[in-house]
Amino acid sequence: MLTYIIKRILYAIPILIGVNLITFMLFFMVNTPDDMARAQLGAKQTTPAMIIAWKAEKGYDKPLFYNAGASGLQKVTDTLFVNESLKLFMFDFGLSDANRNIAEDIKARMGPSLAIALPTFLIALVTNISLALLLVLFRGSVLDMSAMVVAVMIMSVSGLFYIIAGQVLFSKLWHWVPISGYESGWAGVKFVLLPVAIGVFAGLGSGVRWYRSIFLEQIHQDYVRTARAKGLSEIAVLFRHVLPNGMLPILTGVVVIIPSLFMGSLIMESFFGIPGLGSYTIDAINAQDFAIVKAMVFLGSVLYIVGLIVTDISYTLFDPRVTL
Amino acid sequence: MTLFFLWTDILVWTLVAVAAVGGWILLRSPVSRQKWVMIFRSKIAMASAIVLMFYLAFALLDSVHFRVNKPNGGAPIVSLLDMAMAHQKDFSERTYSAPFATHEYTKSIVVNAEGRSTQRYLPLKYVQGGQMLSASLKGIFTGILLAIVLIGLHLLWRSKGNFSMRIKAVSRDEMQLPWRTAYGVFTLMTVLLAWLYVMSFSYHVLGTDKVGGDVFYAALKSIRTGVLIGTLTTLVTLPLAIFLGVSAGYFRGWVDDLIQYLYTTLSSIPGVLLIAAGVLMMQVMMDNHPDWFSSTIERSDLRLLFLIVILGVTSWTGLCRMLRAETLRIAKMDFVTAAKAFGVSKWRIMARHIVPNLTHIILISIVLDFSGLVLAEAVLSYVGVGVDPTMYSWGNMINQARLEMAREPMVWWSLFASFIFMFILVLAANLFSDRVQQVLDPRNAQ
Repeated sequence: MLTYIIKRILYAIPILIGVNLITFMLFFMVNTPDDMARAQLGAKQTTPAMIIAWKAEKGYDKPLFYNAGASGLQKVTDTLFVNESLKLFMFDFGLSDANRNIAEDIKARMGPSLAIALPTFLIALVTNISLALLLVLFRGSVLDMSAMVVAVMIMSVSGLFYIIAGQVLFSKLWHWVPISGYESGWAGVKFVLLPVAIGVFAGLGSGVRWYRSIFLEQIHQDYVRTARAKGLSEIAVLFRHVLPNGMLPILTGVVVIIPSLFMGSLIMESFFGIPGLGSYTIDAINAQDFAIVKAMVFLGSVLYIVGLIVTDISYTLFDPRVTL
Repeated sequence: MTLFFLWTDILVWTLVAVAAVGGWILLRSPVSRQKWVMIFRSKIAMASAIVLMFYLAFALLDSVHFRVNKPNGGAPIVSLLDMAMAHQKDFSERTYSAPFATHEYTKSIVVNAEGRSTQRYLPLKYVQGGQMLSASLKGIFTGILLAIVLIGLHLLWRSKGNFSMRIKAVSRDEMQLPWRTAYGVFTLMTVLLAWLYVMSFSYHVLGTDKVGGDVFYAALKSIRTGVLIGTLTTLVTLPLAIFLGVSAGYFRGWVDDLIQYLYTTLSSIPGVLLIAAGVLMMQVMMDNHPDWFSSTIERSDLRLLFLIVILGVTSWTGLCRMLRAETLRIAKMDFVTAAKAFGVSKWRIMARHIVPNLTHIILISIVLDFSGLVLAEAVLSYVGVGVDPTMYSWGNMINQARLEMAREPMVWWSLFASFIFMFILVLAANLFSDRVQQVLDPRNAQ
């Protein structure tokens, strides 16, 4: 088990290097340090000397991939790419354009992001699976058919409409919850309620359809027929046989996103004024703060890869056929 | 007046040509022709297809641009849709007005002859009012007439001489395909559009926005943006996904390792962030090269083009993975071994024996991705990495509507218009893709 995990982590390193290469190409080659300096210092009265000074201050004065001036191995290591990648691997994200420590900011903003993302994820998981089981129980009936029609309709509306409609109805007209804002601790529940409810509802259509199709695939299997032949009630068949066997495809789709919950939701957080990582990213995009965007891209990839590893490990827990 | 091609115009007409040739090749085989008849046998799929056709028609109408040389020196670029809606461009009001309103939505301070200032609702400049009934009748009548003529022509073309028999069969719904539903939806859409169009000469049918622009016109112009993002992205995705996926599955070994590494790396970067990073870089690049475009419309078009390329480059990984897996399976089959034994070249085997067996996966992914991309445009525009803010798009409309909803009293029609236009398109696309998946996916075959 341990060797497997170590092996997986070692496999992740080339992928992270690849991620770095892609972000590096995007941020340094399309847009050279000279362009960045000009954009930062203001386009008009920048002299070449000022650009050189700015690049030296940020450490951007090295060649991109190959340092002809250095000797030996340093030809490759004393370059912008290696320096930037090493910093990211150490989770040293540097300073933002507003001279704030990005790593500190990220740490402080993970909490609020999780406060929205985790309840949304859990409640959505439970509601989607229960509704899907209910529909599978009544499969082919009017209830099932009309629920599927409603599901397609829910899917066909942009999430932005749910947020705007929710804010107008529950906050502006009925004054049930505050329109936006955040507080930590239990006082923050009233701020979290609406975004979580909207998040769950917006995902209901695609979620229920997905789980339903997974369960329907199981229901035609031979073991289900055997269980019915034994005289088990339909409900017992669903909960004792179909649900555990459906767990495997569900795990594949679900576990991988758990670590990414830390990243928060861009749209939700910015609409509800929640000081999480999602709104942090949006602010950075609008302010064109490349350092933060770069850090978030790297962090997102790391969390996704962690998700993949956790998925593989979770197989060993749920599927007796898989051993490591 | 000369024809003028924007970059996206060229691409969209290329796509139409590619789709026509692809459809022709596909329908040559009786098996896939039967599959498509199966798809359209569902009334829902037929109705959705008609609705999608209307959206596509508007997008294409808006993709034929002309440079009009004005006597006063200006040379604006306008599309066919702009020409049909030219009255709306000149009917710009001062500020917000509700749908079918005759007066502005907010009071303005008016100084009267005696020098006393009062607050009044000013009348709209281009709306006289009182023509509701006559214009409605005219619109509906035109719509019905147009629908009857077009459906009649279609019947005549399809009947091959047996016109009255055909009408009887259609009206009793005895055809192989649900033509009655198709004609019904067609008539409904034509009448609705004709009514809206005729009414738009005397009213602002969906109100006006903050600077007095007509919301109906904005919503219609947004169709092109949405449809283009939904369709052209596939034009970028498909060659990448097919070439890499099939190569990986067929050659295996180091080619497979390399391609797998490529798509694992690309897919491990969160999609929105990768798109955001790409768009940010594109913005800087365009700021550094102002010589690439000569007008706002060309600039926003170039930005749309880049956005489509970025969306395409970031979204081929899922399809590539599926194609690789399926190629791995097919490459082991007997007919491929036989082709190898006959000495058929590798590329020919891939093109003639493997890719045709992947068409169902490709088609399903095209129709499945479409609605997702239309929805993604709205979100990306909200995040600030979507289309140009000067471009008409549903995302920009929603973005603006967000502030309008906070006003007192609420300005709801911009949001309503973008909601309706998007909802109908995405719903039709979802229903259609459901049917396509149901028929083409071999796992559903019973």
